[in-house]
Amino acid sequence: MNTGIVVFPGTWSDRDCDHAVNEVLGQPARYLDHREERLDDLDLVILPGGFSYGDYLRCGAIARFAPVMEAVTDFANRGGLVLGICNGFQILQEARLLPGALLRNASCEFRCEWVNLRVEQSESAFTLDCRPGQVLRIPISHGEGNFFADTETLQAIERNGQVVFRYCATDGRVTPESNPNGSLGNIAGIANARGNVVGMMPHPERACEDLLGGSDGLAVFRSAIHALARVAV
Amino acid sequence: MTYRAEVFVTLKPVVNDPAGLTIKGGLHSLGFDSVTDVRAGKYLVVTLEADDESQARARVEEMTRQLLANAVIEDSRIELASPSPLAGSQIPSPSGGGQGGGLRA
Repeated sequence: MNTGIVVFPGTWSDRDCDHAVNEVLGQPARYLDHREERLDDLDLVILPGGFSYGDYLRCGAIARFAPVMEAVTDFANRGGLVLGICNGFQILQEARLLPGALLRNASCEFRCEWVNLRVEQSESAFTLDCRPGQVLRIPISHGEGNFFADTETLQAIERNGQVVFRYCATDGRVTPESNPNGSLGNIAGIANARGNVVGMMPHPERACEDLLGGSDGLAVFRSAIHALARVAV
Repeated sequence: MTYRAEVFVTLKPVVNDPAGLTIKGGLHSLGFDSVTDVRAGKYLVVTLEADDESQARARVEEMTRQLLANAVIEDSRIELASPSPLAGSQIPSPSGGGQGGGLRA
């Protein structure tokens, strides 16, 4: 799985993503400069977390116009696998590759903590290795992860099975108490209609080794490997 | 000609505004009990060159559509000031002028 990890000015989780993909899973990965325009060698593009362009104006608003994003959009439209994590999720929404927007957390606090995620959709490229209803323990680290979409869009996302992850309790129940940021429907991650583009606020790359407190995040990256194998067959 | 456009970006009424609610709470704790709502937003001043007012407005509307506001969550309003001889001179003086970088006289 040839992986490209996009680095914008202000990206901060690029090395964590490289560590997870390259060191932990043994898959080739390279950094993609925000000015690059060719991704022909890649199977997977990761937009990592951070504060691209200082989060000025809106999170992801400036990054969306970086040269690399035109290539990422073409890549996604051709069916290439794209994973946006945290700030990467915000960028994918600004680029209109995913619906909705991420508002300031309802608490107005930056939340950095472990959360439980219920897998709602196990057919996306990043959840093939999971079973529906499975609970993953993965950390969040954000101030603006409050998922919003207008009623019509939200209904369409739900109806189409595009909700990939929801914040939940340890037993998988989706409760108001388990929602760390006020997201509508406890939504933590969504996919595009095709399932090849996924955005999620939690950081799977920070949950890939027991040494770090858990390895549930590996399922996200392993799923991508299997999604590619499936296409190859 | 130089035009100065003021762009006001606010969250749509249906979008929850945690910052506005927090500010409202602050005003209440100061004793401003009469405050029933606060909405927080952004204020941008764009100075640009254009042939006339309609061209200036069209350009700022396009900037707002493409970048300055996110139509998924935000509304925007543009106010365009007439060309002004002052518009091009509102630059902090390089020396700082002893007044913390005030405007040129």
